[in-house]
Amino acid sequence: MASAAELAKTRARRDVRNRWLLSAPALLIILLAATGPLLIVLVYSFLAPGAYGDVKWQFSTDAWVSVLLERDIFDDTLSIADAHLSIFWRSVKLALGTTLLTLLFGFPTAYFIATRPERMREVWLFLITIPFWTNLLIRTFAVLEIIRNEGVVNKVLLATGVVEQPVQMLFTDFAIMVGMVYVYLPLMVLPLYASMEKLDFRLIEAGYDLYATRFKVLRRIIFPLVKPGVIAGSILVFIPSLGAYVTPSILGGGKNLMLGNLIELQFGQGRNWPLGAALSITLMAVVMVALLAYVRNAGDSEVRHG
Amino acid sequence: MARPFSIRHQTGFTAIAVICFAALYAPIAILVIYAFNAGTSIADWEGFSLRWFVAAWNNSQVIEVSIRSLQIAAAAAVMATIVATMAALATTRTAPYPGLTLKYAFINQPLMVPEIVTAVALLIFFSRIKVATGYSGLGYLIAAHTAFCIPFAYLPIRARLESMDLTLERAAADLYATPWQTFRRITLPLLWPGILAGLMLTFVISLDDVVITNFVKSGGQDTLPTYMLGQLRRAITPEMNAISTVFLLISVGIVTLFFFISRKRN
Amino acid sequence: MPRGKAAKLWGVCVPDLPGKNAIEVRGVRKVFGAGEAQIAALDSVSVSIRENEFFTLLGPSGCGKTTLLRLIAGFDFPSEGEILLYGDDIAPLPPFKRPVNTVFQSYALFPHMTVAENIGFGLEMLGKPKAEIGARVAAMLKLVKMEQLAKRRTSQISGGQQQRVALARALAPQPKVLLLDEPLSALDYKLRKEMQIELKRLQNETGITFIFVTHDQEEALAMSDRIAVMSSGKILQVGSPWDIYDRPAVRFVADFIGETNFLDAEVVSVSGDRATVKLSSGSAIKATFPAGTMPAGKVTIVVRPEHAEVMPAGARAPVLGGIIENIVYLGTDTHFHVKLADGPPFIVRQQNSKSGPCGFDKGENVGIEISSDVAQILKD
Repeated sequence: MASAAELAKTRARRDVRNRWLLSAPALLIILLAATGPLLIVLVYSFLAPGAYGDVKWQFSTDAWVSVLLERDIFDDTLSIADAHLSIFWRSVKLALGTTLLTLLFGFPTAYFIATRPERMREVWLFLITIPFWTNLLIRTFAVLEIIRNEGVVNKVLLATGVVEQPVQMLFTDFAIMVGMVYVYLPLMVLPLYASMEKLDFRLIEAGYDLYATRFKVLRRIIFPLVKPGVIAGSILVFIPSLGAYVTPSILGGGKNLMLGNLIELQFGQGRNWPLGAALSITLMAVVMVALLAYVRNAGDSEVRHG
Repeated sequence: MARPFSIRHQTGFTAIAVICFAALYAPIAILVIYAFNAGTSIADWEGFSLRWFVAAWNNSQVIEVSIRSLQIAAAAAVMATIVATMAALATTRTAPYPGLTLKYAFINQPLMVPEIVTAVALLIFFSRIKVATGYSGLGYLIAAHTAFCIPFAYLPIRARLESMDLTLERAAADLYATPWQTFRRITLPLLWPGILAGLMLTFVISLDDVVITNFVKSGGQDTLPTYMLGQLRRAITPEMNAISTVFLLISVGIVTLFFFISRKRN
Repeated sequence: MPRGKAAKLWGVCVPDLPGKNAIEVRGVRKVFGAGEAQIAALDSVSVSIRENEFFTLLGPSGCGKTTLLRLIAGFDFPSEGEILLYGDDIAPLPPFKRPVNTVFQSYALFPHMTVAENIGFGLEMLGKPKAEIGARVAAMLKLVKMEQLAKRRTSQISGGQQQRVALARALAPQPKVLLLDEPLSALDYKLRKEMQIELKRLQNETGITFIFVTHDQEEALAMSDRIAVMSSGKILQVGSPWDIYDRPAVRFVADFIGETNFLDAEVVSVSGDRATVKLSSGSAIKATFPAGTMPAGKVTIVVRPEHAEVMPAGARAPVLGGIIENIVYLGTDTHFHVKLADGPPFIVRQQNSKSGPCGFDKGENVGIEISSDVAQILKD
């Protein structure tokens, strides 16, 4: 007769098997419609472009070379691809700028919510969440409407006599940044709030008791304590900003491309699919590095705060 | 008289917060207001009218893409929630077992990759399958939406499961309930708010998607967002505002419902 | 029951009498983890629990008492050994196949069901007919005096009421054994006292074997027919409350239950069930020792503070002598912290029978008298 211990072992084995079966559908769907295709992108980045889009099945590193370099069509020499570089630079610059601005506005907003009475906090938080769940396209469209030359902002500026001609804001880097700050602000506020909610205000009392000024309390006590939230929020804003596609294509017009638009361009008719694939992998690599940095940082602060 | 010293106060924070809230809602408010404009411009106000809502309603293309959006969202939300519930049950309340961390990473993977990259990957993959099988129906869109919706359903359901008292299920087993009875009578009823939250969130997420849909769709498979994206590149009339307003109303309605359900739970 | 009562009445140690055993735990070992990190939560535990007994597993947190309870309930499986329920090995059975029910520490009432639905759940799962369930639920509600609240949600009743519902729910299927996992720990002092009496009443009325887990020694002494004291995954001593308190076998038991004085001594002679020991002060006293042992050489003896008496120095030749270091007045009684002449501390508890001060002062030289047969020699 099997002993209780043996039976328990069999049960544990069966439990693990059942758990695999139970999670199989989710894993399969993600494998087929998310993760698996990413591997194909990697493969494509090492193939040669087909004449009418798609690829030719022959190994080539041209796509990777042309991510950063340009081959002169006349003398076959390589030079830095200025067009790509300026788009890389714009993407990074706008993503960093967006992150910084959302932090600048999001920090006080999250603090404001965290210091409301308990019942009201939920309501304020809800007000932040609503735009987050409403369509990104519609929110971008809303920004487009107000910063157009005929939009509300220009109307006010003209009416008050600040300017005589409407200011061209649309189709500039500025417009893209405004749009991204607008759409990604909730992504900054939510994690910031999550860590501020846990803030022990007795520590702030202790700070004031020990002669700290308001600014010093903010800098020396509040900020270090909510740093995990700051990092989480920054990552959450930086990643979609870097890969943004909808906002720059609506607010940036055709000229002010970001990485997302550059990738899209490669997949049009007769374009360079392998280059698009290589660019996609590059973008993903940058994002992964940012995520890894975040995970390591989060792990550290976890340890420190016990 | 001096105001009592408030330890919570920080100079200027309230002002910035107020500006943020105003800035978040002002553009949306203006968009909604111009949906009721009698004129054909989204810049000049010419009086109140519902004409653009009527126009949108009579625009067969708008109705067609809306129905398609709802179909995809409903299918993706239901599928994603079901498989995410199963996955959540399989990955919580257990001692670590081989492959558990891998599962976490896998399930949350769609959250970590930029949408444009996933979109490109699916374009490549699905275009091959389309050629190979000859099938070019809505299945591709539903599969793609289900995949990126799974983590959004998984997270609230998992949170709910983890906060659930394990002893309740033990008590049921102690009172002669078989594992299946325990699941039906105890686990599922208690998990229901989490599942509902997952269902609503995934529905909204799927409804909102532009990027992936734009790359995966075959000809004539526009959803409401991709249709709007196309229209935005042309001359804009308040009809867009009217469509957006209705769309906003649906999303906000669902999120509000979710808010009250989760609030009642506490 | 009479056996237990007689044991208390006569104040004698009752060894395991032959009788019907409800539960028999045989050589049970339970290890968690694997390899280097392996921890034995239970280490070859054997114990028999009799039919209709109020049996308590007492010990500090982490001693393995809850693990043992969970093994009996079926929430865990032993790594080694057998658990017999009326002679059948139930160790491999899942919990829903054991006629054993549990009252959980957190009560674990189903929040989405009413009080009545909670109580009827077990019977429903056993597939009993509706009429029978209804009647049984009504009887249970009456038993725990909760008739008025049958339709309430479990979140709408007080902690004490939740406790009663948890009891009724576990008793409704008429289990062969009822397991109670620190069920009173969440209640406040007064309610706890009430529930102690209530639990005893329920056990009497239902005649079901109760296995009660607690870390509260007072609770254990007040309610149990027999107590098993556990530490580090082992059962150190099983006996009636009187045995456990007055005749502790080992240092841990003596120390864990009540306050105790430990004294070094040397065995002079043994005759029958008494030994004569010489204390370090030079005096000799008679002491009892655990059955089945033969004390010899250097030993430790224990004396409860209330079994000693402080007296003015030089009045009579006292057993011990020392200086009062501290006097703690506690209303019903007074504690004298005495530093014995040869060094170790000794506490005497004296009841305050009359009003007025005790008549001793801090720093005073006093003698300590130990009444006969109150000292016990420890095994270790």
